[in-house]
Amino acid sequence: MIKSLHKRESELANAKRQQEILSNSIFQHGELPTFKTKLSESKQFPLQAKKLEILQINLGYMCNQICTHCHVDAGPDRKEIMSKDTMLQCLEVIKTTGAHTLDLTGGAPEMNPNFRWFVEEASEAGIKDFIVRSNLTIITANKKYFDLPDFFKKHNVHVVSSMPHWTKGKTDKQRGNGVFDASLRALKMLNDVGYGLPNSTLKLDLVYNPSGAFLPANQSAMENDFKKAFLEEFGIHFHNLFALTNLPISRFLDYLIASENYEDYMYALVEAFNPNAVKNVMCTNTLSVSWNGYLYDCDFNQMLELPVNSKVKHISDYNENLLEGRDIVISQHCYGCTAGAGSSCQGSVT
Amino acid sequence: MQKTYYDPADLKKFGKISEWNEELGAKFFEYYGKVFEAGALTEREKSLIALAVSHTIQCPYCIDAYTGDGLQRGITKEEMMEALHVASAIRGGASLVHGVQMMNKVNKLDM
Repeated sequence: MIKSLHKRESELANAKRQQEILSNSIFQHGELPTFKTKLSESKQFPLQAKKLEILQINLGYMCNQICTHCHVDAGPDRKEIMSKDTMLQCLEVIKTTGAHTLDLTGGAPEMNPNFRWFVEEASEAGIKDFIVRSNLTIITANKKYFDLPDFFKKHNVHVVSSMPHWTKGKTDKQRGNGVFDASLRALKMLNDVGYGLPNSTLKLDLVYNPSGAFLPANQSAMENDFKKAFLEEFGIHFHNLFALTNLPISRFLDYLIASENYEDYMYALVEAFNPNAVKNVMCTNTLSVSWNGYLYDCDFNQMLELPVNSKVKHISDYNENLLEGRDIVISQHCYGCTAGAGSSCQGSVT
Repeated sequence: MQKTYYDPADLKKFGKISEWNEELGAKFFEYYGKVFEAGALTEREKSLIALAVSHTIQCPYCIDAYTGDGLQRGITKEEMMEALHVASAIRGGASLVHGVQMMNKVNKLDM
């Protein structure tokens, strides 16, 4: 099993070093336009936050998997997890926010020892769409997690899970040996309690990330291929597939550089820039909360340690009115969300 | 003169072909785009056909383009290689089937 960049003490574990790479080389002397230039050309700079719709909370970087493309650099060797005190501060916000979606992510959020308590408390707030991003294999990792499908069902949680392909080879290459088979077992367990079945209100969506230095294809075509393969070969149901572009940060950036694909990938992202996707990028309606309670425009900015451009920096000082209208903090990684049909935690944006 | 006839960077300049004849260039790219839209065949099937044809006509630009396109569409390397063998079989078969002509000629001339 590979180790996280942090454990390996890689220079890319340092967010500032990642920021330097994204600002230098091909972007430094105009070989490629910066994201700011591209936004300005389409008269969309500065990007500004609209009314908050999605509150995304990262419960920690600890994970039972160690995926080659992980933008969080999550893994079993990461110990950063949200404390109960910070969760209590988050709950105060969850009770009053106007956001329609609460999105819990990680790492594997289920590994936080206070995860179930937090879900129980948060579900009381009655937010319309309550998402837990589950890596699936956690459900089968240990018997203490075997009842997660029932727990999710009890609290009407919307389960969103990553699946890079419908074949074992491509999935295990990206997410680790044995992940494909364990994921199928978990999906069957979720189907067994009603998740993902046609007409079921228990929502089960999958997230597709390309397993290499290329962009995702059309989301609906990919969804058809996934559905056909999953149903015919494994008898598994799910609702929607979200196609996400891999952003050039953290372990995916490490992969791009090591495989000498970085420049070509950045060219591909810039070439695929879609001004129409800018209008709906997730940072304009989302707020990302880190494990220690700090606020970011998105999960990617959180990993690059680019905090919100606002007087409000921490969940304990939360003020939705003050955060609305803030200028979004951008860099070249943002090209990942505006390429082609656009990309967000909810899939394509156009 | 450049050292090689093919430069991978030239693939990105394909669109510039229209600069020297905008009307025909525009018509070509409109047609090209339409051809690859889903119809009776899916975009995925068309991508595999394009990959196989790329190898038959031995176009390095096309091979680069449709290998990348296939990966984007989730086409596996096993599917790609099978498509290439179809191209190879047809190409090889095209040589071999002319053997019938050879056999006809031999049978006519030989005692």
